[in-house]
Amino acid sequence: MELLVIGLNHHTAPIALRECLAFPEEKLEDALSKAHCLSSVKECMIVSTCNRVEIYTVAEEGENAIEDLKHFLSQYHQVPRNEFEKSLYIYKGEKAMRHLFRVASSLDSMVLGEPQILGQIKKAYEISQQEKTSGYLLHRLLHRTFHVAKRVRTETKIAVSAVSVSSVAVELAEKIFGSLQKKIVLLIGAGEMCELAAQHLVSAGTEKILVTNRTFERAMTLAQGFHGEALPFEELPHGLKRADIVISATNSPQYLIHHDQIIKMMRDRKQKPIFFIDIADPRDVEPKVGEIENVFLYNIDDLQKVAQENIKDREKEAERAEKIIDEEVTKFIRWYQSLEVTPTIIALRNKFEEIRKRELEKTLSLHPNLSEKEKQSLEAMTLAIINKILHPPISFLKKKEEDTMIDLYLDALHALFGLSEIKSDSWSEGMKGKGKKEESLKSDHVG
Amino acid sequence: MNIYFFKIATLVYLFGTLAYLSYIVFFKEAFSKFAVTIIFIGFLSHTLALITRYLEAGYTPVTNLYESLSFFAWMIIIILLIATLKYPVKVLGAFLTPIALILMIFASALPKEIFPTAPILKSFWHPFHVIFAFLGNAIFTLTFCCGVMYLIQERQLKSKKMGPLIKRLPSLNLLDDLSYQSLKFGFPLLTLGIITGAVWAEYAWGRYWNWDPKETWSLITWLLYAALLHQRLTVGWRGRKASIMAIIGFLAVLFTFLGVNLLPGLHTYSNW
Repeated sequence: MELLVIGLNHHTAPIALRECLAFPEEKLEDALSKAHCLSSVKECMIVSTCNRVEIYTVAEEGENAIEDLKHFLSQYHQVPRNEFEKSLYIYKGEKAMRHLFRVASSLDSMVLGEPQILGQIKKAYEISQQEKTSGYLLHRLLHRTFHVAKRVRTETKIAVSAVSVSSVAVELAEKIFGSLQKKIVLLIGAGEMCELAAQHLVSAGTEKILVTNRTFERAMTLAQGFHGEALPFEELPHGLKRADIVISATNSPQYLIHHDQIIKMMRDRKQKPIFFIDIADPRDVEPKVGEIENVFLYNIDDLQKVAQENIKDREKEAERAEKIIDEEVTKFIRWYQSLEVTPTIIALRNKFEEIRKRELEKTLSLHPNLSEKEKQSLEAMTLAIINKILHPPISFLKKKEEDTMIDLYLDALHALFGLSEIKSDSWSEGMKGKGKKEESLKSDHVG
Repeated sequence: MNIYFFKIATLVYLFGTLAYLSYIVFFKEAFSKFAVTIIFIGFLSHTLALITRYLEAGYTPVTNLYESLSFFAWMIIIILLIATLKYPVKVLGAFLTPIALILMIFASALPKEIFPTAPILKSFWHPFHVIFAFLGNAIFTLTFCCGVMYLIQERQLKSKKMGPLIKRLPSLNLLDDLSYQSLKFGFPLLTLGIITGAVWAEYAWGRYWNWDPKETWSLITWLLYAALLHQRLTVGWRGRKASIMAIIGFLAVLFTFLGVNLLPGLHTYSNW
């Protein structure tokens, strides 16, 4: 029994190749069941996103499974093996575990700490459950993975600060205005850049979007998309007076917004603060505007610089996250290794012996007048009881030692008698996971 | 008795200050919660110190510099606790607590004996005068802290250098709002403090206004805050200008309170 992962990601393969080997969501079920049919594959799960394609497998014998899976990838996607073989990475056992933990904690993502990947892995796991291609080992591993990802998220600041230009803009706006509710956003220009930045602000809860553009029709279309209001370009000054946040991205070769104009406007609006986000190239807002009191001006370079600094912060946090992952890998391996017959039998005996001794002591202390002989016979009786109870399970385990299902029995035994630390909580997590299925599916759509 | 409670309160405020500094450094929610709890304990002890001193002395214990400093610090802590309950500005304590602590330490160095009371201090108006005046001053301390925080935060946003403080300080809007709100409470209290003082002066010395240094300076302070309030209401002063003005106003408060005590005048009842 061996855990292994075979796959490629944005580090190893160009997008063109990743696209060729990706499994679109609607085909995933079919692909999973086909992979599961391979004789060497016992359990499998496929993670396919725009940045990675990975097959997680539990195999009887690793090398055979790797061959089979490469063949499967080539067959399924009709891509010759030599085209993708060099881009593949293959991890086994401990390394595979660590890889999954790192991927789920977003340490292997293009944007460090981005939240979508965890949802995507949850989804992949759910599909593998539906198709019954994941067995108890993947089940346990995945629940552990979710636990690890959660630890990384809460114990480090890896996902705290904004790293994209639009989210930096939202963060800054919130530092100026506090809540963005009731704030009015003015878009100057109706291009894609404007739209993207506006989307972030709208999801942060702004009240209204105003759009102005040289061609009024385009302003209308964009405004409709946001349930906003289109303004003719001549009414720009009027729009400026109403707005709290202004995003400008026109192709105008000169400045559209001037220092003197804004000084006058600020008087008219009784110094109500205004935040200019100038993402145009060449710039739309005269840089001197940023010097005016209660006016804040950021251009695209400024935003990018902030984002860059935040990325550095995340990299620092990533080092702390790696430590958490080391810890968790060790824990998981310890659990995995305990799934052998002899250590399990010893653990089970110890557990019973411990209970026997404790109870015996309790009884003896209640009856201090017992004779030495009576004490001995009590001792003998309790020993006989636990031996009789333990005899059938122990001989069963010994008999089944070579059976392929032995892990399952051992696992159940560990859980039933609480023999190891990792056990009890991941069982209960597994149970909760089933109840929460619908909810987690919903949250995946966001990702 | 009262001195013990006073010393305990000072020590606890020291721990509160340390807890707030840890909050600033590590930026962990738990520290600010811990700090508020500590401050509250210090506040209880401080309150006991004032009550016991009142009982032992038989007059409202705001007659010499030691008592005034302690009373001022106590009011600041009250304002901090109220503001922390009402506004989501956890970092506020990191500014107000050290100020209260400094006042307490300053007070610790002064003579603390209870002197036989000058008869004018037994007046009906004396407690009202000091409560209004000091509550006003404590609220202006809050306005001052908001001003300082605003200037720091604005500086960071304008210079586009996102220092570690930017995440710890609240939004400009909230700071300005809190600054304005506190001004609206502080100003009437200061006004009442001056009026009750004048009435008391009429009883004590037969004249409403004597132009002693404290009176003159409190009038100057009052005028500064009146100007700030006026500019905010009419011209829409806010943010930077209002913050600077709040800081200047607070300097006047401090001078009225401390500077003038060192000058001779009617408000000096003992050497200290």
